[in-house]
Amino acid sequence: MNLLNIIDEIEKVDPEFHERINPRRAAIKNITSFGSKVALSALPFAMGTLFKKAYGQTSSSVTDVLNFALTLEYLEAEFYTQGTNSVRTATFTTQGQNAAALGALQQITKDENNHVAFLKSVLGSAAVAKPNFDFTAKGTFPTVFTNYDTFLAVAQVFEDTGVRAYKGQAGNLLGNQVVLTAALNIHSVEARHASHLRQMRRARTMPALKPWITGANDTGIGAAVNGTYAGEDNVVQAGVDITKLSGVSGMLSVNAATEAFDEPLTKAQILAIVTPFFA
Amino acid sequence: MENLSHVDEKEQPTGDFLSANVHRRSFLKYAGAGAAGIALIAAGCKKDRSVRGVYLGDGDTAILNYAYALEQLEAAFYTQVVASPYSGISAMESSYFADIRDHEIAHREFFKAALGSSAITSLEVDFSSINFSSRDSVLATAKAFEDLGVSAYNGAGWLIKNVDYLAIAGKIVSVEARHAALIRDLISPGSFAGSDVVNQSTGLDISRSPTQVLAIAGTYIKTPINTDGLPTY
Repeated sequence: MNLLNIIDEIEKVDPEFHERINPRRAAIKNITSFGSKVALSALPFAMGTLFKKAYGQTSSSVTDVLNFALTLEYLEAEFYTQGTNSVRTATFTTQGQNAAALGALQQITKDENNHVAFLKSVLGSAAVAKPNFDFTAKGTFPTVFTNYDTFLAVAQVFEDTGVRAYKGQAGNLLGNQVVLTAALNIHSVEARHASHLRQMRRARTMPALKPWITGANDTGIGAAVNGTYAGEDNVVQAGVDITKLSGVSGMLSVNAATEAFDEPLTKAQILAIVTPFFA
Repeated sequence: MENLSHVDEKEQPTGDFLSANVHRRSFLKYAGAGAAGIALIAAGCKKDRSVRGVYLGDGDTAILNYAYALEQLEAAFYTQVVASPYSGISAMESSYFADIRDHEIAHREFFKAALGSSAITSLEVDFSSINFSSRDSVLATAKAFEDLGVSAYNGAGWLIKNVDYLAIAGKIVSVEARHAALIRDLISPGSFAGSDVVNQSTGLDISRSPTQVLAIAGTYIKTPINTDGLPTY
């Protein structure tokens, strides 16, 4: 972990970082001697202490959120990396995957691998190791890498799950300019991916599927992915029933109310969804 | 008072800036003239709120009103897009725009209801730069609004003190990102995460401070807004 780079990065998005951690200012200013006195393995802890002083969050809570995110990004990055390799591309091409579709999947592959690299660079030696995966989810999706539509379906579910996972962790990063902003900046990219994958599936086999989530499980995949969409049919936000609000003509529809707000999931709910994908 | 009126016609002397009568008169004149863009008045006396633009409030209230302002802008835009569609619009595009319009109205009406008596008034928009009969113009504006909205929520998240408000912002921003990706794909298929919005080395989306966002959104908002209490950076 390059601590100097990280401090630089933090200062780019948080110009008041030094002021925030005033008691540690001298240590930061004399970062070279600071670094020489602290064993490399202890640096993540030192960083955590800085974050705690700066934002009132414990190092473990911030590290936990980042490692949780990293685990999900490992899952997505490996999924797309395998799904866009030459063998799968040859298979999917025979099933109608064109150049534009491959290009889109390659863009997503790149983004997810970038997320992994970014999170690993922030976590340094505190980063969890990459797990082994079973993308059939213990046999639930046996054709995930041989049937293009199954692949796209699982991809969409991963993206919609990722959106909900980041959303559910935002509260644990309250007020943290560096980490919360980074998490939100990843969160919206996952939503962009989800939107595009939904368009891809709509064009092939799901003419009613929209870029946004309508009601709960709108995927056409079946009950196997109900967990990913549990609660997405919520229409009450902060005590306000959206279906009781005025639209263009009459009240807003239930569909509009559910589509207009994406819902979070807890870490436990997310882990229950993705655990079958770990070998 | 005759003299004051006369002064009002001229350049405003610094010393007279504190005179409420002159000030109000001056504001009305500017408002009547439809001053271009949003009046982002950064400094000054808060007692003059009423004459210096719509006051957003402070702290989380200001951030929610800031979001409410952006949602008002988006809702007004899509309402007009659907009401006067560009020539050659496809059935799929019509359907998407109607959906997006309803989502933005849902966001707008939600903020209005949630803010209650703290909600700002309805803002007057200025869409004179948009050609609603042109697909290119409508889609370019939609893309600008959606990407701006994503960057606005991303950049304001850490300024929010109340965890429940942060949760709401999170619920909305991903829907804006879904919109943004679709609009971008309508313009250029496959541009849903283009290099102008997603950093191609880190995979991170853009975030903007409230000050940066309002400087951009100001082109489309006629009503002066007083941002004195709005947290920013």
